[in-house]
Amino acid sequence: MAMASDKVTADIVEATDFPELSTRYSVRAVPKIVINDRVEFTGVQPEPRFLAEIKRALEASPT
Amino acid sequence: MALLDQRARDEISKLFEELTEPVRLAFYTRRASPLVVPGQQEASQSCEDERQLLTEIVELSDKLLLKVHDVKEEPKAASEAGIDKVPALVLEGPIEAGAVRFFGLPSGYEFSTLIVDIVDVSNGNVLLSEKTRTELAELSEPVHIQVFVTPT
Repeated sequence: MAMASDKVTADIVEATDFPELSTRYSVRAVPKIVINDRVEFTGVQPEPRFLAEIKRALEASPT
Repeated sequence: MALLDQRARDEISKLFEELTEPVRLAFYTRRASPLVVPGQQEASQSCEDERQLLTEIVELSDKLLLKVHDVKEEPKAASEAGIDKVPALVLEGPIEAGAVRFFGLPSGYEFSTLIVDIVDVSNGNVLLSEKTRTELAELSEPVHIQVFVTPT
């Protein structure tokens, strides 16, 4: 998705290398996805669902 | 001792034959301190391991360039790239696109992801539907996606 938009930053984070982050985001199963620190979900999602979650994260952002 | 065995080198080299445009691998690391700091030994070892791994990877194609940044010596470069933890790797390709970043040593399945992403960044591959691409292109606000993984 980062390739499709210069507004998207996509990070792959090895949870075991950053235990403090894993705790902060309650990473108990992987993959765990966090979008704009506002939306979280676990597991691979179909593309439309992933896009919906991005929109939900943007709607939840403070204006 | 090399981290990639000959079989892995051969397989990756074959994939890298598909590279069309140059990709810069911007690696952010921190030189190991002579002091033993509790909790930081693992990160230091990951930095060293990843530096060696990336050095071996870029040797497999003349379209790849490794640029190493020490975050203590180049804090501005790290800050401008939004790097707040190491080891970190940013793939920089020919197309103006969003950032693809790896934090922590990419091992196991994520190593394969790294290799495939290098090829995708080089070739501008976007395996998304037209609808998704259109909607993403219309984004007006930044989207930061973090995917937490573990070595498998």
